[in-house]
Amino acid sequence: MGTMATPQVPPFERFYLMHRDEVLGYLRRLLGARAEDAWQETFLRALRAYGRLEHGRHLRAWVFTIATNVALDELRVTKRTVPQVDLEPAVELQRDAFRELEHLTGALPPTERAAVVLRYGYDLPYAQIADALGSSEEAARAAASSGVRRLRRTHERDH
Amino acid sequence: MNVTTELDAQFRAAAVAEGLVDVRYDVVASPVGELHVAATGRGLCRISYRDDNWQEELARGFGVRVLRSPLDDVRRELDEYFEGRRRSFDLPLDLRVAEFPAAVLHELARVPYGQTDTYGKLAARAGRPRAARAVGTIMNRNPIPIVLPCHRIVGASGALTGYAGGLEVKRRLLELEGAMFKA
Repeated sequence: MGTMATPQVPPFERFYLMHRDEVLGYLRRLLGARAEDAWQETFLRALRAYGRLEHGRHLRAWVFTIATNVALDELRVTKRTVPQVDLEPAVELQRDAFRELEHLTGALPPTERAAVVLRYGYDLPYAQIADALGSSEEAARAAASSGVRRLRRTHERDH
Repeated sequence: MNVTTELDAQFRAAAVAEGLVDVRYDVVASPVGELHVAATGRGLCRISYRDDNWQEELARGFGVRVLRSPLDDVRRELDEYFEGRRRSFDLPLDLRVAEFPAAVLHELARVPYGQTDTYGKLAARAGRPRAARAVGTIMNRNPIPIVLPCHRIVGASGALTGYAGGLEVKRRLLELEGAMFKA
């Protein structure tokens, strides 16, 4: 038992105002022009489930999870598995490096794209990215890592 | 990346249309200041002169799915009332109070436009002639002032006594209705 009181679920309006803009930004990065429909679907799904939430912890990660599911559905990703075994060493990016490569994320496979954007665009920890992708933490890390390598290769090829 | 007003309105309308909202609220401008109004699927459930802890209070009373969304019928009837074109309200109400307060508020709703009544008489009509003080408390906690016209209830001497929106607001509402009262 922790000593911190469990945060209560805030009124939906408060949750919505806090997250609506960044969720739209995230979906733009994943879906481009198709983001608005996905954004509305994300918050409708959130609202459908909202009354059953038991506490107000990790709501940001929760709404990113819903948004990721909507986006991957939209991208018709039927096979959600991400590489479980990654023989290459994990790579991480600095924030500045991500800004430089960000415009290339659209070319990544959807799960890698989601993993990279959640990690570097929104600072989500891998445990929460794993929830969003419905995968293990190792798989989430591998997806981001593989995405980063792909971004670098594309970047080098273009320069 | 900001959500446009249009997209925001679209989402709010879709949420209401799908029946996903426990309680909606809106803000209506009036001559006695901003009125915070709220409604469930059953009807108007709150009017408040203040908005501190407003969303939390709505969540406690009606459910956590609280969403701001236009309440056009409420706005229209209130506008008409303040323009002097409406003497009673046709809005369905969602009153969630205990038995005696419900009886008192039911009687309160029948006090005619432009007239005043006393706490004691209201208590008597609700079946408890000695409960004037309890009626005072019920008026003070009236969840839907203006529509349930607690401003029409005055002391036995005809003095205005208290009001949730302040005595000045009570005076202005009675003046608007052309009621006679002790200033």
